[in-house]
Amino acid sequence: MSEKHILEIQNISKTFNRGSVNEKVALKDFSLTVEEGDFITVIGGNGAGKSTLMNVICGTYPVDEGKILLGGHDVTRLPEYRRAKYLGRVFQDPMMGTSPNMEIQENLALAYRRGKVRSLMPGIRKSEKEFYREQLARLGLGLEDRMTAKAGLLSGGQRQSLTLLMATLKKPDLLLLDEHTAALDPKTAAKVLAFTEEIAAENHLTTVMITHNMMDAIRCGNRLIMMQEGKIIYDVAGEEKKSLRVEDLLERFRASAGELNDRMLLG
Amino acid sequence: MFWSALPGAISLGLIWGLMAIGVYITYKVLDFADLTVDGSICTGGAVCAVLMASGVNAWAAIIVAIIAGALAGLVTGIFHTLMGIPAILSGILTQLILWSVNLKIMGQANQVVDSRGSYVIVSQLDAGWSILIMFGFLAVIIAALYWFFGTEAGCGIRATGNNPNMSRAQGINVSLNKIIGLMISNALVALAGALLAQYQGFADINMGRGAIVIGLAAVIIGEAIVTRISRNFAVQLTGVVLGGIIYYIVYQFVIWLNLDTEYLKMFSAIVVAIFLAIPYWKKRYFGKFAKKPKQPPEGGGALPAEGALTAEQPTAEADPPETAQAEGGADHV
Repeated sequence: MSEKHILEIQNISKTFNRGSVNEKVALKDFSLTVEEGDFITVIGGNGAGKSTLMNVICGTYPVDEGKILLGGHDVTRLPEYRRAKYLGRVFQDPMMGTSPNMEIQENLALAYRRGKVRSLMPGIRKSEKEFYREQLARLGLGLEDRMTAKAGLLSGGQRQSLTLLMATLKKPDLLLLDEHTAALDPKTAAKVLAFTEEIAAENHLTTVMITHNMMDAIRCGNRLIMMQEGKIIYDVAGEEKKSLRVEDLLERFRASAGELNDRMLLG
Repeated sequence: MFWSALPGAISLGLIWGLMAIGVYITYKVLDFADLTVDGSICTGGAVCAVLMASGVNAWAAIIVAIIAGALAGLVTGIFHTLMGIPAILSGILTQLILWSVNLKIMGQANQVVDSRGSYVIVSQLDAGWSILIMFGFLAVIIAALYWFFGTEAGCGIRATGNNPNMSRAQGINVSLNKIIGLMISNALVALAGALLAQYQGFADINMGRGAIVIGLAAVIIGEAIVTRISRNFAVQLTGVVLGGIIYYIVYQFVIWLNLDTEYLKMFSAIVVAIFLAIPYWKKRYFGKFAKKPKQPPEGGGALPAEGALTAEQPTAEADPPETAQAEGGADHV
C-alpha cells in the first residue's frame, strides 16, 4: 500500500441547532487521515457522530470549521453532487440507494455515469447491458435476468446489494458504508457483508464502514476507530486490531463512556 | 347536439391533454406539485394573442409563448431550489406574479385573436382540422419527450424526482434538474395556452383558473386507462392525452344533459381528490409497509439539514407498490 492520502479530515467541527436548547455537538475538532487501500471500520454508540462524519464527508451537511480533502482536493465547500465523483456510498436505509421507479439496468447506468456531465447521449447503451449483466450475475441473486424490472420491486437485501454494485461500478476513490447491513436480517446481512469484502479486496477499494456489529468491526478491515461524543476515543490497526476481542472493545467503551449503551451491547 | 359538439370536445381535450403532459412531467416525473401552471397557461395565451394582434405570425407567436412559459418555470424553480421555498408555495407565488404579468402583457383582462382575418394554427371554426393538427403536435412532442427522458440528462431528471438522495450520491445536480423539469413543463403548458387562445379566439386572464385540476384529472384518468397496458413512457403520455379528451367529452356530456356546469369544477376537484387519496389509503391500510416501525435516526444527524434543499412537500404519492420510500410513508400521520 502506498502512502497516498485518500481522505484527510482536518479539525472539523459540526454542531446542530447551535444556540438552541437542542444544541447537539456531533463532531468536535475531529481529524482523520485515510490511506489508499485502507479498510476502516467505525463503531460507537448512538449520537457518537458516526453518521454525521459520513454526511460531512459526502457534503450532505456543511461543516462549521475545518477542512476536508479527498484525493488531495479541498472539497470542504463543494456541494454533495460534485463530491460524488470521488465517492461510492451505501446508506443504512435500503430504500435510499436506488431509484425505485427506474429499471435495475437504468439504476446501474446512472451509477456508471457518476461524476460525468450528463449529456444528451442515450441514458443506457446496448453495449453496457452485457457488462451490467455480468456484474449482476456476481451477486448470485438472479438479478441478471431481471434487468428491466423496477428497482422498487426488489427486497431490502437485493436493493443493498444493487446499491453496493452501483457504488463500485465506477471505481470510487473512497467507498463509504453507513451501517449498510443494519436494516437487513442476519443471513442477508452476512451475504451483503461478504460481497462487500469481496468487491473491496478485488478492486483495492479504500473503504470506511460504520457498523454496530463489533464482531464485524474487528473481523473486517485493517483499522478500527471507536467514536464517542464526536471524537475518536480509540484507533487501532494491524496486529493489535486482529487480536482484539469484543470484550476489549466493550471495556474501552465502558472506560470512556462511564456507562454502557444498550445498542452497543445488542449489536 | 351531443354528437355535433364532439369534434369540439375532442380538439379541446387534445389541447388540454398537451397541457396535462406538462403537469405529468412535474407531478409524476419530478414529484413536484407545480401550481405555476394556472398562471403559465394564461401567460402562453396572452403572449400569443398580443403578438398575433400586432401582426406576428401564429407560429412565431407560439414560440415566444413557449419561451415565456419556460421562464415562468424558471422562476418557480429558483423559488424552490435557491430560496428553499416549499414546492406548492413556490408555484402559488409564481402564479400570483403571473396574474399581474398577464394583465400587463394584455393591457386588459382579455385579448381577442382574430381567427377569421388572420392565419391561426387551430380554430374552433374548423374543429376537424384542429384535431388533425393537434395529433401532429402531440406526436412530435411525445416523441421528443420520449427521446429526451431516455438520454443521460433525462434519466438524471427522472432519478431526481424519484430519489433525490440517491441522485446526489450519483453526482446529479438535483436543484438544476428540478429547474430544467419545471421549465420544460411550463413551456408545454404555455404552448397549450397559446394554442387554446388561437382555438377559442381569445386569451382571458381567467383562462388558467383551476388548470392544475384539469391537468391532474387528465393525468389520473390517463393512468387508470393505460397503466395496465404498458408502463412505457410514451404510452403513459398518450394516456394523459386520452385523459384530457375524456375529460372534455364528459364535460360536453354534462352540458348536453343540461346539468349546471357551474358545479363542474367542484366535481372535478372532488374526483381528483378521491383519486389522489386512493394510493395513500392503499399504502396506509393495505400496504406491505403499512405498519413498519421507523428506524431511530442516528445522533443529531437527521434533524436540521433537511431544511435547505429538501423543501419538498410530502405530497400524496403515486404508484403504490413502489413508494416504499422512507420519507413518504412514515411521516404522514
